[in-house]
Amino acid sequence: MTAVSSRFVRLAEDQRQRVDFLVDGVTVSALEGDTLLVALLVNGLSVRRSEFGGEVRAGFCLMAACQDCWVWTEAGERLRACDTPVQANMSIVTEQADASWLSRG
Amino acid sequence: MAEPRVIVIGAGPAGARAAQTLVEAGLRPLVIDENARDGGQIYRRQPDGFGRPKSALYGTETARAMALHEAFDRLKPQIDYRPRHLAWNVADGCVHVVHAGEAEALPYDALIIAAGATDRLMPVKGWHVAGTYSLGAAQIALKAQAVSIGRNVVFMGTGPLLYLVASQYVKTGAGVVAVLDTSPWAARVKAAPKLATRPDVLVKGVRLERSLKRAGVSISRGVTPLEIHADNETGVRGVSVRLADGSVRRFDCDAVALGYHLRPETQLADLAGVPFGFDSETRQYLPVADSDGRTGIAGVYLAGDGVRVLGADGAEISGQIAALAALSDHGYTVDPLLQVSLRRERTRMDRFRAGLAVAFPWPHELAASLDDETIVCRCEGITAGDLRHVARDKGASEVNRAKALSRVGMGRCQGRYCGHAAAEVIAAATGQPLAQVGRLRGQAPVKPLSVGARPVASKGSKQ
Repeated sequence: MTAVSSRFVRLAEDQRQRVDFLVDGVTVSALEGDTLLVALLVNGLSVRRSEFGGEVRAGFCLMAACQDCWVWTEAGERLRACDTPVQANMSIVTEQADASWLSRG
Repeated sequence: MAEPRVIVIGAGPAGARAAQTLVEAGLRPLVIDENARDGGQIYRRQPDGFGRPKSALYGTETARAMALHEAFDRLKPQIDYRPRHLAWNVADGCVHVVHAGEAEALPYDALIIAAGATDRLMPVKGWHVAGTYSLGAAQIALKAQAVSIGRNVVFMGTGPLLYLVASQYVKTGAGVVAVLDTSPWAARVKAAPKLATRPDVLVKGVRLERSLKRAGVSISRGVTPLEIHADNETGVRGVSVRLADGSVRRFDCDAVALGYHLRPETQLADLAGVPFGFDSETRQYLPVADSDGRTGIAGVYLAGDGVRVLGADGAEISGQIAALAALSDHGYTVDPLLQVSLRRERTRMDRFRAGLAVAFPWPHELAASLDDETIVCRCEGITAGDLRHVARDKGASEVNRAKALSRVGMGRCQGRYCGHAAAEVIAAATGQPLAQVGRLRGQAPVKPLSVGARPVASKGSKQ
């Protein structure tokens, strides 16, 4: 299989307004009405790394039950990516600042 | 007599019909829902700005979905509707909610819990790495966001949703590699008499499978999942299963939709004090309610898939039934003939449910054969071996004890996705019947709250 750089694939509804936002300081584009999780995964293969095993994670249930898709605003507010709509110019970080010691040892 | 304060938790098929029944009796119920929009998971609405027709989202169930949405739209001015509110505890006659960082305690005289269901999961090696999603997730991606979870998707597990979601993917033009069902064909045959109680649903199921075959999707029954091959940096790359004939087959894919039918969301009923009983047919503890949704706790009623997985049609009926019971218990006159006909309909749905449990059994025996290295708890990376160790060597033969010692069920999902499998692993490792291993007790908050949720003065509560 050829290497791809996104996980989710858009199948319809691609005429919506473009929305730019920041992920770990890098500008990426999504569409208005995307959840943050979809916005992240049409632009990449994962959302975060497990703080326990180090493997990449990309959400699991999409219905706000598993909590696998947590990301944070720059101010430190925790967001569940699967039920948070993406907004223009929002700036999110995929690693909780004060929890990084967990994965760095 | 003062009007009773009735709270409905959930705005899916059961909650919406319960609220409607209460409004028709002249009440103004408070409806709490975690979602931004009504419809629940099954009739989830797409966001504003999306243009697909409802028939593209709900297929054969379009008329039912539209009827429910329209009914709820009409209700909105007549109810106290609280979307995006998480009900995180039920205690001291109040439902405790949090919304946008603000906490509130809402007192009730009658509480109808219609919390719905989530996917029931059996672990398989590699399922914790990016690219494996629950079956429900695969459907939500398509329905609510018009995306597929990957370019080449394998659907694995069992249950009616397996075939439904795979066929919805095919119809939308997404890449479907295979449908791998752990249930053997013989189970379907055995279930036929019970499934025949809803011939219309049975016919829909047959059509789904036919459409998958026509699209060239490989369908295998009676498979044993062996491994989801995944790279720690890039995620899912394939799936290996043992087919019914004993041969091992690998399917290349970049996503797996995994699920073994559904499990009721029972935490709020548990916190409300509702007694649970062991259901040997589906091998799980479930809250006990009578055919009207009444529980052992006065004023607490259960409806929808959150008590028994009857599906959306059954949920609409049980929502009405529970609301009628609450009304009757508070001195309102209800139509006994309506109650009788709804109960009869519910019984028919329940017979079909029992048929599905036979046709698509929870493959509990897989838990015993998991490698020690297989991760059971996705949240914190706790393995089958870790669990066996605390069960055998530390005497943690009861699941809450095993949780305390191993942390299984203590992570972010609070046991929603590992709890049933963990109990099976412990039962198999210790040679006990599953019922004896017990169940993970519900804990408040039922979902992690943001630190700093602050209380607001509750409207209409005791001052």
